[in-house]
Amino acid sequence: MTDPLLSVRNLTMDIPVGGGTLHAVRGIDFDLNRGETLCIVGESGSGKSLTSLALMGLLGKGIQRSADRMTFDGIELTKASKRQMRALRGGRMSMIFQEPMTSLNPAYTIGDQLAEALLLHRTVTREQARARAVELLEKVGITAAESRLSQYPHQLSGGLRQRVMIAMALMCEPELIIADEPTTALDVTIQAQILRLLYDLGREMNMAMILITHDLGVVARVADKVAVMYAGELVETGPVAEIFNTPSHPYTRGLLRCIPLPGKTERGKSLGTIPGIVPSLVGSVEGCVFRTRCPHATMECRGAIPQHHDGEHAFRCIFADGKRHSDKELTA
Amino acid sequence: MLQFILKRLGLAVLVAFTVSFISFSLLFLSGDPAAALAGETASGEDIEAIRRLYGFDRPMLVQYGDWLMSALRGDFGESYYFKLPVASLIGDRLGVTMLLGVCGISFALLTAVPLGVVAAIRPNSIIDRIALFLSVAGQAMPSFWFGLILIVVFAIQLGWLPPSGAATWKHFIMPTIVLGYYAMPAIMRLTRAGMLDVLSSDYIRTARAKGANETRVLFRHALRNAIIPVVSLAAVQMGFMLGGSIVVESIFALHGAGYLAWESIARNDLPTVQALILIFSMFYIVFTFLADVLNAWLDPRMRSS
Repeated sequence: MTDPLLSVRNLTMDIPVGGGTLHAVRGIDFDLNRGETLCIVGESGSGKSLTSLALMGLLGKGIQRSADRMTFDGIELTKASKRQMRALRGGRMSMIFQEPMTSLNPAYTIGDQLAEALLLHRTVTREQARARAVELLEKVGITAAESRLSQYPHQLSGGLRQRVMIAMALMCEPELIIADEPTTALDVTIQAQILRLLYDLGREMNMAMILITHDLGVVARVADKVAVMYAGELVETGPVAEIFNTPSHPYTRGLLRCIPLPGKTERGKSLGTIPGIVPSLVGSVEGCVFRTRCPHATMECRGAIPQHHDGEHAFRCIFADGKRHSDKELTA
Repeated sequence: MLQFILKRLGLAVLVAFTVSFISFSLLFLSGDPAAALAGETASGEDIEAIRRLYGFDRPMLVQYGDWLMSALRGDFGESYYFKLPVASLIGDRLGVTMLLGVCGISFALLTAVPLGVVAAIRPNSIIDRIALFLSVAGQAMPSFWFGLILIVVFAIQLGWLPPSGAATWKHFIMPTIVLGYYAMPAIMRLTRAGMLDVLSSDYIRTARAKGANETRVLFRHALRNAIIPVVSLAAVQMGFMLGGSIVVESIFALHGAGYLAWESIARNDLPTVQALILIFSMFYIVFTFLADVLNAWLDPRMRSS
């Protein structure tokens, strides 16, 4: 078996805040092979975006990142120089952001901004870069691509801007593309189109993709692997079929009960909710972070939490199958 | 873009006419020009004679039309005091004022913009604190006081620079600093605020995600957007410097247009004052127009609105 394109071990991020340290992300492990799609799911503030920014080397000042390993095609990202990271960013790994309305520079034309992505990494002429821009605009389904080059961001709708962002991310044919909730800011009718487009292009170009979302319906359709994050930890990870068929961590099961799934959710029965709120991550974080909201929690959940492995499927819980067996689940 | 320029140009011309009319009528409201010309000891008949001689007995609109038509031909009448054509009088003085204004705004921009950018890149750093101190000091110090301090230190104590006059480039160093330092704080603060705002925006993150280096991110992506409000401010400051350098010109005895304005107001030299007000307001109009065009070039959103 070949080495994974991306391999992350024990990725941790701390943010110094007023009253101590915010342990925003703790001990993330995952691997991603070429051509695979990993969906990271979890609620707001669970560390999904931070994780993706850490991979790109785009964390803001004041965030301390550490990892035992964080390699991209064998390059150790934690030790890479700024120059090396710049060569990777936009060249071999690209990112698509959540906010298409504000992610394009208002002062430059679409053509200039697209061409820049290629000119920064390849020795090509402006004409070649513009030709490539037209090619990609057509690929992302923008009509009259040639004439769009001289337009400015404010002249385009949100959906079009996100297509431009996708085209820009693809300019150098990256091996990895990270999309951080790429459709959250868009109309519902556009969301499906954009996701379909990303998915198809990813397959066509054999790109690995990390898709951050909290839409489990999307996950079911596009993911090869799923990583479930809760309060800065990866609580469960595995192939998409296993996560949906045999969710093991209580949080994953709770999440799945919150969405209607064809064939699984009974008609007329109300959807589940997860009671409680996410705990504060300032100060020391010990034991299972989900215990305050978990129907199975016991005293032992305050201690060290073992990781259970079954092939690629892994989760963190003191119970070998994620359940306490003495009583039934409370919210069932 | 061309349509935008034409629209702004039309607007500028309209403003120019309005300003010329208002300034003309304001001078009439400020007192009887004939009485002022005749002096305190003049009799009623003398005043009447002067009124007829200078045409003050005609309706104001007629006088305005007359004055405007001549002004458009470059004829601003004759100065009551110097007994010389106002146009040539002002022409002689305008060179000094324009040179001082250009030097002043250049000094202000060349210090304020880099300082603002550095302060925004490293907020709360030593440089940011120094920039803040300089701008607070600049805003708090009156020009006349700062100018006198400079004369005392550099002309009298150290003897490095001439204290007054306009003979050589050395004469312009201290006036430039005093005039420029007055405009610097506002430009610096606006640059800093603009850069801070832009640097935290999503499109800067996009630029970094593309693999652009920091220099490119700062200058091509950030400063281009942050400088837009600074352009408008600098245009107003420039207009102010050309019209309002009266204090600086008086301190350093630079005989420019500002100094002439001050003298002419004191002497009730109506034609000169009218011409200067018109020229100073034209400066504001021209610079505002240029700033609008520059901004439209910098910011495509402005062109379409």
